Amino acid sequence: MISDLRFRGAGWGKRLFIFLMMAIMTIYVLLILYPLFNMVISAFKTNREILTKPFGFPQSIGFKNFHTVWVEKGFDRYFANSLLVTGVAMGFVLLFGSMGAYGVSRYRYKANTLVYMLFLSGIMLPLKAAIIPLFIIVKRLGLIDSRISVILIFIAMGLPSTVFILSGFMKGIPLELEYAARIDGCNDFQIYRRIIMPMTAPAIALVTIYNAVPIWNDFFFPLVFLQSNSRKTLPVGLSTFFGQHATNWSLLFTGLSIAILPMLLMYIFMSRYFIKGMTAGAVK
Amino acid sequence: MDVKQLRKAAWIIFFVTPGLMIVGVFILLPLFMSLYNSLFSWNQLLPVEFVGLENFSRLFTKYPYQQRFLNALQNNLIWFLSTMVLQNSVGLLFGYLMSRSIPGYQAFKRIFFIPVLFSIIAVGFLWGLYLKPSGLVNNFLGLVGLESLQHAWLGEERFATMAIIMVNIWRWVGFPSLVFLAAIDNVPTECLEAAHLDGVGEWKLFWKIVFPLIIPSITIITVLTVIGSLNVFEQIYTMTGLDGGPNYSTDTIGTLFYRTAFGSVDAGSPEIGIGSAIGVVIYILTFLISLISIRFSRSREVQL
Repeated sequence: MISDLRFRGAGWGKRLFIFLMMAIMTIYVLLILYPLFNMVISAFKTNREILTKPFGFPQSIGFKNFHTVWVEKGFDRYFANSLLVTGVAMGFVLLFGSMGAYGVSRYRYKANTLVYMLFLSGIMLPLKAAIIPLFIIVKRLGLIDSRISVILIFIAMGLPSTVFILSGFMKGIPLELEYAARIDGCNDFQIYRRIIMPMTAPAIALVTIYNAVPIWNDFFFPLVFLQSNSRKTLPVGLSTFFGQHATNWSLLFTGLSIAILPMLLMYIFMSRYFIKGMTAGAVK
Repeated sequence: MDVKQLRKAAWIIFFVTPGLMIVGVFILLPLFMSLYNSLFSWNQLLPVEFVGLENFSRLFTKYPYQQRFLNALQNNLIWFLSTMVLQNSVGLLFGYLMSRSIPGYQAFKRIFFIPVLFSIIAVGFLWGLYLKPSGLVNNFLGLVGLESLQHAWLGEERFATMAIIMVNIWRWVGFPSLVFLAAIDNVPTECLEAAHLDGVGEWKLFWKIVFPLIIPSITIITVLTVIGSLNVFEQIYTMTGLDGGPNYSTDTIGTLFYRTAFGSVDAGSPEIGIGSAIGVVIYILTFLISLISIRFSRSREVQL
């Protein structure tokens, strides 16, 4: 590009500017990485070490803390619950979302716009504001303290953006492909399944990350609907754990590391997908 | 209607019904129920009688609701303004610098996005520990000889809200940065080159050409900031608690709403009527402010 910020061949003023800006950005990088690094090494320290030598390294490396938190404090259950809830919710978001997108983008009919608007109505509405009626509905359905309640709400949370992104994508697929398949004897479901879905794969990857990350991280709905310790997801479990061990910092940092590191590991291997997926709603 | 059309209608119904049912029951129905519920007085989970707009008038005029509500609303406004000024302008700067391929921008891009992925809960608890009087932040200030700046960051009324906002900005700056980066990268190069050949400087190039062309993404970020600011809850819950302490100084609509719905404003039983009224106010505010932002930017939008 014409005005690239390169040191080579730049005047002194520009060099100083580049240097200053890089310094600012580097400070933010350190502000991100050091607290995470400190969190992990604190998990290996004793409480006394954390308080007396906050920047020092642990005297010995042992995984006792991790074992305690993972097995005795039930993080294995929290983790499994988060996987289950996120997995099932995402499965239905993708299935119902792609079906809905197909239904609004591949047919012409009068109620088309209405159906599309109904799906999209949830995109701007803050679902948290509806917690009271949601609570009443979930109670009527007899699903309080059941993981099904949060799964259903997560599906509802994910559908609007999924229909929005996928229908935009499906509109671009030429109709001729559909005609050809129809001549070969495919019915509508087979066209959806065999022609349209495979061609929508890149967009599916996008909406998966776009929705799975917020669902995995969600705290509010599991907090309201899941009370039994054995059904809690990771964020709610972490919160319970913090309430119980407020003064044992060594254990708290271990819990935090367990909650944060898996996401970080996934990101290291798939950063491009994560960046593209999570900004999908804001970038066309 | 002939058979062919009937069959088509059946297929459409087959495809859209499962999704529409879930959206209907868990998004649209609650919206109307909130509006409806806010017009009744409640005893626990049972509506007692129709009271019209009394819940709203109590919320806006009666103690303690009025005080708590206005206090919380003011904090949400502080959240919105601070986030716009501090986070989104830094995001715009970072996005711009990365689009101009500042040395190391590939690494910056990836690292900036790391905290965006973490749950607010984990981030809130982590920084809650670091901001304790004996936590890492004060230890660092002591290390560099700035003992005079050590504070109980979350325990003093004058710092607590700003401290929590800074943590949230720490987590989220990468998001607007990368959205703006993508937007600036979309500005056609010919445009910039032509202006550059005409001798237009970097500063002017940005404000006169790049900025007007990325207004759509500025609108999106603004709307997301509005929604985010009105939805602040987890940040307060993890760092200063449900009561928005100390002395309600960090209280927000989100935490007030939760206390009203599930255990009352000043200790007591849930108040569904007032809670629904707050819910309706959140809906209306989100809708209105988003609409204004979109209108405002439409009027300034430039197309090539």
